[in-house]
Amino acid sequence: MVVSATVEDVTTTGNAASTNGSSRRFPSPFGVDAPPGAEDWRRLYPDYYLFSDERREYEEEQFWFFDGMHNPEPVYPFDAIMPESWWVFLNQYLTRVWQVPPTLGIDQRLVNGYLYVSPTTITDPDVIEERVAVFMERAGFYYGNWDELYEKWVGKAEDCIARLRELTFEPLPELEPMEMVESGRGLTSGYDLLANYSRLLENMHEMANYHFELHMLGYGAIMTFSDFCKTAFPGIPDQTIAKMLGGVELLLFRPDDELRKLARLALELGVADAITAHEKPDDALAAVAELERGSEWLDALEAAKEPWFWFSTGPGYCHQHRAWIDDMRVPFSAMRGYIEKLQQGIDIDRPLGALVGERERIATEYAEALPTEEDREAFQQVLALARQVYPLVENHNFYVEHWHHSIFWNKVRDLGKVLQGAGFLEDSEDIFLLHRYDLYEAIFDLLTGWATTNPSRPEYWRTEVAERKQIMEKLRTWAPPAALGKPPEAVTEAATVMLWGITAETVEQWLSAQDGGGGEGDSGELKGFAASPGVAEGPARVILTVAELDQVRTDEILVCPITAPSWAPVFSRIQGAVSDIGGIMSHAAIVSREYGLPAVVGTGFGTKRIKTGQRVRVDGNTGVVTVLD
Amino acid sequence: MNPSFTLPFEQCDAGEIRSVGGKCASLGELLRAGLTVPPGFAVTTDAHELFLESSDLRAREEEVLERIDHEDVAALNEGSRELRALVERAPIPDEVVTAVTQAYGELARRAGDESLPVAVRSSATAEDMSAASFAGQLQTYLWIRGEDDVVEYMRRCWSGFFTPEAISYRKRMEIPPEEALMSVAIQRMVDARTAGVMFTLNPVNGDRSKIMIESTWGLGEAVVSGEVDPDRFLVDKVILEVLERTIAAKQVEYRLDPVRGEVVSAPVDDERREEASLSDPEVIALARLGKQIEKHYGRPMDVEWAVDATQGELFLLQARAETVWSQRERPALVEKKTSALDYVLADLLGRGQKAGDKA
Repeated sequence: MVVSATVEDVTTTGNAASTNGSSRRFPSPFGVDAPPGAEDWRRLYPDYYLFSDERREYEEEQFWFFDGMHNPEPVYPFDAIMPESWWVFLNQYLTRVWQVPPTLGIDQRLVNGYLYVSPTTITDPDVIEERVAVFMERAGFYYGNWDELYEKWVGKAEDCIARLRELTFEPLPELEPMEMVESGRGLTSGYDLLANYSRLLENMHEMANYHFELHMLGYGAIMTFSDFCKTAFPGIPDQTIAKMLGGVELLLFRPDDELRKLARLALELGVADAITAHEKPDDALAAVAELERGSEWLDALEAAKEPWFWFSTGPGYCHQHRAWIDDMRVPFSAMRGYIEKLQQGIDIDRPLGALVGERERIATEYAEALPTEEDREAFQQVLALARQVYPLVENHNFYVEHWHHSIFWNKVRDLGKVLQGAGFLEDSEDIFLLHRYDLYEAIFDLLTGWATTNPSRPEYWRTEVAERKQIMEKLRTWAPPAALGKPPEAVTEAATVMLWGITAETVEQWLSAQDGGGGEGDSGELKGFAASPGVAEGPARVILTVAELDQVRTDEILVCPITAPSWAPVFSRIQGAVSDIGGIMSHAAIVSREYGLPAVVGTGFGTKRIKTGQRVRVDGNTGVVTVLD
Repeated sequence: MNPSFTLPFEQCDAGEIRSVGGKCASLGELLRAGLTVPPGFAVTTDAHELFLESSDLRAREEEVLERIDHEDVAALNEGSRELRALVERAPIPDEVVTAVTQAYGELARRAGDESLPVAVRSSATAEDMSAASFAGQLQTYLWIRGEDDVVEYMRRCWSGFFTPEAISYRKRMEIPPEEALMSVAIQRMVDARTAGVMFTLNPVNGDRSKIMIESTWGLGEAVVSGEVDPDRFLVDKVILEVLERTIAAKQVEYRLDPVRGEVVSAPVDDERREEASLSDPEVIALARLGKQIEKHYGRPMDVEWAVDATQGELFLLQARAETVWSQRERPALVEKKTSALDYVLADLLGRGQKAGDKA
């Protein structure tokens, strides 16, 4: 996003404003009203997360867009730890570690509980030039030692997860056990509760550092390859570029591969009918246990669970996203589908060999179409680098969002149970209504009562949580505007385009939509990114949350705000997919390509404009979704 | 009968170009590449030569060439008229007539149609085909039926050999009459539902990862002559997907008037005018052929093609080397860098490509 020339320009409003020929603006972040009954929403979050007078001049000149991709709903106070993590730990990599030449940080604010982000780039050539040398040395080291660093990275991630698993949250004892005395350890259960909570937060922040350590450089390499292809082969579809990078052996497909194996094993062991006959996973498990070879299958299931069922049914960065291991409906529904297909004699294997062969053929043929030998050399270089980084860019997702974060949310729940047991919460799930700083306070409040044996304030926390619940309820009814503040002159920032799927065209659409102009209009057409080729027509199924996922029927078109890789099993039933949010590297796009389904992502308004049951056409070649009814 | 008066396309190849001309040689090469070409045969330059010699045309042409200036239009016209009148009167040697009627008879028998309609076209032997085309050596007669007419239209092609432009060209290039000869292609007519041209690159920017197809209803003449604005399809050559479709309002089409028995230019009925003249699967099938042809020749090609009205079968009518982009020196897209990181940096700074027109 080209917002201003230098950091100084950002804060001197006159300079920045005069360069923008258009006087059109998005609503001012300072002019947004809270929905009735939620006026007090700011107390759910730390002050630094809010638009504030101290920073007003800077804030009003920035372009802020709603990050519905990561947080389609108001952010739960505790869940704010996720966006806050990348606010600091992603940006520090851009600015303080790599010093990516044209990039300043991506800022964040909350408005009525919704997350708005604002990427800033540098355009002053002198400033950029100064940063280049630093970047080249540092990024050069990482690219130059990528495989080694990636191996190290996997070790760090696994170790971080192992330490997370060790953390426990136990109810405080009436009296410390005798062993505590005899061991001479000198540390109490009260200390452990507090310390483990701190460790839990540190562990989360540690993983966030690893998360962004390699990931942005990975994106940079992929973006470079993508831009090369677009210049050399004007009109080349985005999904073709992704196809050349492969993605065949990605970890994200492992959980689903495990389900195929289990389906096949169920048939071999004669337990398939017990699985298909029961809708509820527990009933199916009980029925399988009754059978002669049932225990063999159950052992195989247990073996597959670690770590592959630590696979979130959502993107993983909100506490509501539960892993398969906690909600077996998704994997069981998928296994039933695979068993039925196998019984009909249908091959359920992914054609890995063919996919690899196709990837090589495509890359070779594009290389041949280049005009000069120099171009072919450059193509091979950028392709090789993009392929080298691609496994990390995709696999980090399993380690971080699925495996680590799913365990993290469960640990927070364990703490919630302790607080519930102490009367501080009605329900252990209420813990997510407290920001992590509030929670430290609550734990200490609990400790004062435990230590002195005098009263602490459980009612205070129960009341606070009840009020916050009502505020959250009201915030959910609010429709966040797509953007706030000053429209950008150009959209060039890498993550904005590739991850959020926002382009100059999108900004224009938003502006004309707020002006009441044509924009989206009533044409029955929605434009997005052509994410996976092909054309499909069918009845729409609008799914807003993962809990509704079991409503999806065979041959429907899935319409959703955003998908997660773990929705993959649903993809074997649907005909096509439409998402509100996401670019060509978003999860919905990758999974759709893998399953060979037409998909259009980043439509902006798909879930609002399309109703369940309407016939829609998804054109994954052109990126157009048409409502036919 | 001298068998060298005719040669089936299957036996025509680049080595025979002096005897069968460029068009027949190219059709023969397409056939050998395993592609579908309407069957037919070449009437060779031997036949042309015998005709010219047996009818005193050679000597007369020499006289004319000696007499005139290649820029003197009036003299050229007069010389042309004189020679063409002679071509039209002169008897065609029996051996040639027999050979052509036999070859046509064989073609007709194989097609199961005694008066099989054919296209009769000149097949120039000049090395520089574009010069030959300027010289007006490219007559085409469509929908010719029966052996008598085939012989008659072959004669008209021969007559076209003496257009003022052709005479002027040979005079200017100092091509001696005994070396100037032409071949005629006799080819089964495709009753085209749709026809057009295909470039195995994007003619707009020279991008070789694309194929551009232009198509219209009926015979391809309307596209070739530029008479209609054709439908355009831009296809990705590597993954064989249609990237862009531009469906034009096609006002006229060339088709056979069954009453008059000849090709006419007729208005397209309203409902078909803005309908795509090729389906997506047809576009892809065609692009697949384009890829095969390019691979066979090892260079970008221009291809003329038609879709048969009854069977929907795809036929190739002509394949030529693409000349515009192939002869142009294409500069490298990127400035040479020492490492992949340099490209990443350039991309981050928006300086990835020389063109530098990234919006």
